[in-house]
Amino acid sequence: MNFDFSDDQKFLKDQANKFLTEKCDLSRPRKVLENKEPHDSDLWKAIVEMGWTGTTIPEEYGGLGLGHLELCVIAEELGRAIAPVPFSSSVYLATEALLLAGSEEQKQTYLPKLASGESIGTFAVSEGAKPATVKSIETKFDGGAISGTKVPVPDGLSADFAVVLVRTGASASEQSFSLAIADLASTERSVIDTMDPSRQQAQIEFTNTDAALLGEQGAGWDLYRRVLDRAAILFAFEQVGGADACLEMAKAYALDRYAFGRQIGSYQAIKHKLADMYINNELARSNAYYGAWALSSDAPELPTAAAGARVSATQAYHYASKENIQTHGGMGFTWEADCHLYYRRAKMLGLALGGERAWKEKLITSLEQRNVA
Amino acid sequence: MDFEDTQDEAQFRSEVKDWLKANATPRSGDNRTGRAEQSEADLLAEAKVWQAKKADAKYAQITWPEEFGGRGGSPIQNVIYGQEEAKYDVPRGFFDIGLGMCIPTLMAYATKEQLGRYVQPALRGEEVWCQLFSEPAAGSDVAGLRTKAEKDGDDWVVNGQKVWTSGAHYSDYGILVVRTDPNVPKHKGLTMFFLSMKTPGIEVRPIKQISGGANFNEVFFNDVRIPDSQRLGKVGDGWKVALTTLMNERLAIGGGGAGPDYHEMMALARELELEDGPALRNALVRDKIADWYVRGKGLQYTRYRTLTALSKGQTPGPEASIGKVVTAPKAQDLASFAMDLQDMGGIMMDDDASPGSAAFQLSYMSAPGFRIAGGTDEILRNIIAERVLGLPQDVRVDKEVAFKDLPTGR
Repeated sequence: MNFDFSDDQKFLKDQANKFLTEKCDLSRPRKVLENKEPHDSDLWKAIVEMGWTGTTIPEEYGGLGLGHLELCVIAEELGRAIAPVPFSSSVYLATEALLLAGSEEQKQTYLPKLASGESIGTFAVSEGAKPATVKSIETKFDGGAISGTKVPVPDGLSADFAVVLVRTGASASEQSFSLAIADLASTERSVIDTMDPSRQQAQIEFTNTDAALLGEQGAGWDLYRRVLDRAAILFAFEQVGGADACLEMAKAYALDRYAFGRQIGSYQAIKHKLADMYINNELARSNAYYGAWALSSDAPELPTAAAGARVSATQAYHYASKENIQTHGGMGFTWEADCHLYYRRAKMLGLALGGERAWKEKLITSLEQRNVA
Repeated sequence: MDFEDTQDEAQFRSEVKDWLKANATPRSGDNRTGRAEQSEADLLAEAKVWQAKKADAKYAQITWPEEFGGRGGSPIQNVIYGQEEAKYDVPRGFFDIGLGMCIPTLMAYATKEQLGRYVQPALRGEEVWCQLFSEPAAGSDVAGLRTKAEKDGDDWVVNGQKVWTSGAHYSDYGILVVRTDPNVPKHKGLTMFFLSMKTPGIEVRPIKQISGGANFNEVFFNDVRIPDSQRLGKVGDGWKVALTTLMNERLAIGGGGAGPDYHEMMALARELELEDGPALRNALVRDKIADWYVRGKGLQYTRYRTLTALSKGQTPGPEASIGKVVTAPKAQDLASFAMDLQDMGGIMMDDDASPGSAAFQLSYMSAPGFRIAGGTDEILRNIIAERVLGLPQDVRVDKEVAFKDLPTGR
């Protein structure tokens, strides 16, 4: 049994933690949030210099050629720091999509720029306040061009290009969809208000925007699902890192704050709340580890492992972020206290790849399929 | 990351497999061993034979030093043996308390002569041990126990009552913590002894549980005389000694025994027809199964992390402490929901009429005990909060007060 990260990977995690502690204290996400900046460009530059954007990109395309386990430990630390950078869009989504479905030419065009930070990529799926389904997605790809509106698109204004889920057929079947890749310079883009402005989201209007298919025509829904599964595990590590940070913050406050003549952390009402946070976080961490194993070994269990990691991490971060505010009492509800940064990020991450309901549905579906197989 | 044995572990596992294959019967596929129909006396007799066999092959207590009949093995070897033995139909459970808690306490506090007398028979299953700690007025607050011992010559005379004593009715010996000084604060007035359960003045009565079973006992002490030579640790140090026992309890890696899980729930939901088709098509049912799945699997993978630490010869992290507080409430909720799906028929607890031989109903009735035994949900949360997260203890109004002056309710 070797269900843990290696010493090298732990060293990398430690390094990432030190780097982010120094470069990304909570004033950074707060600044992006308050000033409605696209992202923290100084921090992004520093992250690119560390080589993290090229973690899983093979050396032949200018990356570090490391594995997904390395990316998982970096993700946890980015999540802990609520880093206000387009890392997840560019690395977990756009890069993964290209590695999964890109032609040799597409890989050569995009991957070196993703690794070097010259380009930021994103993944455009959602078309409004409803789930993305084979019935709801309308954006079309026809004659080498995309038309339609995607909203919200993460880092839509920072990104240079997007991988877009598009309709290439008329029917409400999965075979009517494809992935397309498009430069965003000629699209009409606007910032959309969200509950977590520390990670900017945009509305993008494609009007006959030049694009190329990524992967086979008609394979888009399957690819979309596979990209999501892979990203879900990396998101889960961000969520686990964030949930852990909430527990640490709540614990520190419970030790510092006195009420009725003693530390509030000595009351069982607070202790049990924090114990539950710990329990949820450990369960989420273990589920995420299993996801990391499945992702790094490309195991057939990947869809189940991804959904399990995703549901568990979403639940843990949600609980930890809301109960962190509750532990802080009235102070936790102020703009000045940092609790809301986690509360926002928890919900944003929990929705960004589709919500808990949708992932539970995927989980049970994958269990049914495994049972049949 | 992988789930494979190291070379040494694989070697050990293969030895264990060979030995089990030669000495025991594999479990049958349907998981029914027929043991439910066997009498306890028959089971115990069979368990004693099996235990002696294990002791001869040095599998009875793998981590014990060789001088005590162990093999000086590692915790991971112990886990491997457990995993392999679980595939066989062998009688279990009679010696866990004795070998896991009582004898290790003796090892820490008894004389060499006493160890020479008691360790081997316990290891071989010839003598069964029980642990006499809990009392009607001392459950979570076990240091508030009232059973008293008074010195009389070279003996101590014990009067009082213990409760929730597993296996007292078939045990030969027990370790007993009693109050020897009510004039000091509660933790300071306790002393530990061991004694024969055949000592005159001991009366054992089974407790009937809400599940209908009677796995535990009340044990009454009426002028029971224990020689001072059977004291473990100093007079007044009983709490410290008890902590040794309880520490050994925590070292045991929990798992299994929690009744039906998501898998059984999936099977039920696949079979059962609701208003709109199979229950497994129902969104609410799917949502619930997903919740239990991620908690159950989360715990299983947490155990993998613990095993990884053991495999590397490291001390497992505090995450090992979350097991029962996750499993027990989950078992209760899951059982309750499965019965709900059975609708009016869920009332039935019938071997033939209820799905899975009434496994959900049985689990529903045993779950309340599972949430209490070996640390209540609440105490386990306190332990996580205080020992793992480092939060301060609650205010203890009884800490500086002589035991005799503490208020007593029911």
